[in-house]
Amino acid sequence: MRRGVTIPLLSATGLGMIRGERVLFTGVSLTLEAGQSLVLRGSNGAGKTTLLRILAGLTRPEAGEVSRNATHHWFAHREGLKPHETPRTHLGLWAKAWGSGADPEAVLARVGLKRPADVPARYLSAGQRRRTALGRLLLEQRQIWMLDEPYTALDSEGRELVLELIEAHLKTGGGLIAAIHGESGFVPSGEVVL
Amino acid sequence: MFSWFANPLRFMRLSNWLAPLCYALAALLIGWGLWQGLWVVPKDEYQGGDIMRVMFIHVPAAWLAMASYMAMAVMSFIWFIWRHEVADIAAKSIAPLGAVWTAICLATGSIWGKPTWGTWWQWDDARMMSVLFMFFLFLGYMALRASMDTRQKAARAGAILAMVGAINVPLIKFSVDLFTSLHQDSSVITADGPKMAAVYLWPLLASGLGHTLLFAGLTQTLMRAEIWDRRTAQANAKLMAEG
Amino acid sequence: MSPAPIFSAFRQALGEAWAGGAGALLPLGFFAGAAVLVPLGIGTDPQTLRAVGPGILWVALALSSLVTLERIFQADTEDGTLDLWLQTGAPASAIAAAKTFAHWLAAGLPLALLSPLLALMFQAEASTDLLRNAALYGLGGLAFYFWGGVGAALSATVRRGGLLISLIALPLYVPTAIFGALSMTHGPGSESAPLFLAASTLFALAAAPFAMAAALRLAAD
Repeated sequence: MRRGVTIPLLSATGLGMIRGERVLFTGVSLTLEAGQSLVLRGSNGAGKTTLLRILAGLTRPEAGEVSRNATHHWFAHREGLKPHETPRTHLGLWAKAWGSGADPEAVLARVGLKRPADVPARYLSAGQRRRTALGRLLLEQRQIWMLDEPYTALDSEGRELVLELIEAHLKTGGGLIAAIHGESGFVPSGEVVL
Repeated sequence: MFSWFANPLRFMRLSNWLAPLCYALAALLIGWGLWQGLWVVPKDEYQGGDIMRVMFIHVPAAWLAMASYMAMAVMSFIWFIWRHEVADIAAKSIAPLGAVWTAICLATGSIWGKPTWGTWWQWDDARMMSVLFMFFLFLGYMALRASMDTRQKAARAGAILAMVGAINVPLIKFSVDLFTSLHQDSSVITADGPKMAAVYLWPLLASGLGHTLLFAGLTQTLMRAEIWDRRTAQANAKLMAEG
Repeated sequence: MSPAPIFSAFRQALGEAWAGGAGALLPLGFFAGAAVLVPLGIGTDPQTLRAVGPGILWVALALSSLVTLERIFQADTEDGTLDLWLQTGAPASAIAAAKTFAHWLAAGLPLALLSPLLALMFQAEASTDLLRNAALYGLGGLAFYFWGGVGAALSATVRRGGLLISLIALPLYVPTAIFGALSMTHGPGSESAPLFLAASTLFALAAAPFAMAAALRLAAD
């Protein structure tokens, strides 16, 4: 790497995607620098989630390249929570899996899950499950956050919490890519319209 | 080399004359083979009398059951590595044809088996058993493809399954051979060269080649239909997007 | 690369297997139920039962592995866990193998341990042979779980995937069923059959995880 040239956290060039015979998007290019936030915009079915999955490396694009130069966190519709897991065991499991050494208790307190910490996920409300998944983002410092509709199922307090976390993350030099349908609640550095 | 064939346009041009040629040659070869097999060659009392004449369909079908699965697996492999769409179309088209020939092999084997073994189904016959499991492999492949929601996913899932099946076929064959004690050796080709009486050998080879050509011709026709189908779907999608 | 994600996937799958439906009791009940139906269907002649007993248990084992496996990867795609595991950086094949192994441990191994009891019901002589057979059921069950896992991973996004898994896995179960049943007879070929069973299980352990990994990446796509 040459000195004096900052490497973007993530860059993508010429992304294109086809589902069945339907062309979702073509020629999507974007760069994410440290401290920046990008919001993906588009109507339902435009392929916001698909683009985010391509950026995360989950879906293979039909065309184009993605280069990720930092680790990332993933927070999406499907929380990644098993029905038998409690917020405490879930966060403990991922802290171990990632070898992050973070204290799940502090995270539980931060996302407001002290009280239902030992309730299995099948008895949690949708908002509580979202908060549990949100807690994963705090288990380990990762430079890129990828959020798919981060406000879904959250009450106003929950939205406030997400905003606080996002602002703190951006301040420490993190980057953010979010697919958001309505109000983003913060001023993004850029938008990608599909 | 694969890339040369991978171009759908080139395939369409090639199959435009190759498929009819396959059909014509197949008709000649199968016609001659069947005429020889059914009326000319003497019957073999040891093989069950006149019923042994079903051999001229049964043996080619058995050969195609195995060969078509391997062809499908090879096409799947080519698609999986190089993502040539024509290879996927080929694999998709071979599957139903392979299943039909496998079913023909099972049916004729059963018909041949009734007078010779005294039963419609002989569990001790290793080849019948192997062909039966081949049939299930084809069915599974088609069912899996059909249950995927896009053609890209169908291609990927099908390729994975076809390759898994292919690496298991030798093991399945070996285990079935071990399972059965009573089985005849395949008698057309042996280490000492063909040992079957020449009167049977030539009609059998002609019939085998004819069936193979018929299979190749039908595969091309199905592939052409699939290519048209995909083009139509693409054109429709484009119209929908514009309008 | 640290193996921590693989251990965590194993732990999570073990927890899931125990939590989902009364732990190992459900597959055990299915296994015993399927086996017990047989004497009702074919009659109670002790001679016949003794002859078919080991084979019936192989069939019941194969069926219950299919029933257990139906949801293991499907649930992962639905609740989003699969996305998380695929993003850990650990090889997807290792994750898939860890999960499948955990499900075998929670549901397959108990079946093998229960087999001597069922064998007695099928009029087998009480001898150390029953323990040897239990080990063989355990070994063969491992192959069933791994090949069945390939079917489960391939049909992870398919509604009513259970039927599809059976169709896909059936031909792949053939060698294990044959070697397994043969290794419990006393005819010719029965001495080498356990070795073939072990070899085909090793083959399953070596090959199936890669197919599962490819299928899981497809399911997440």
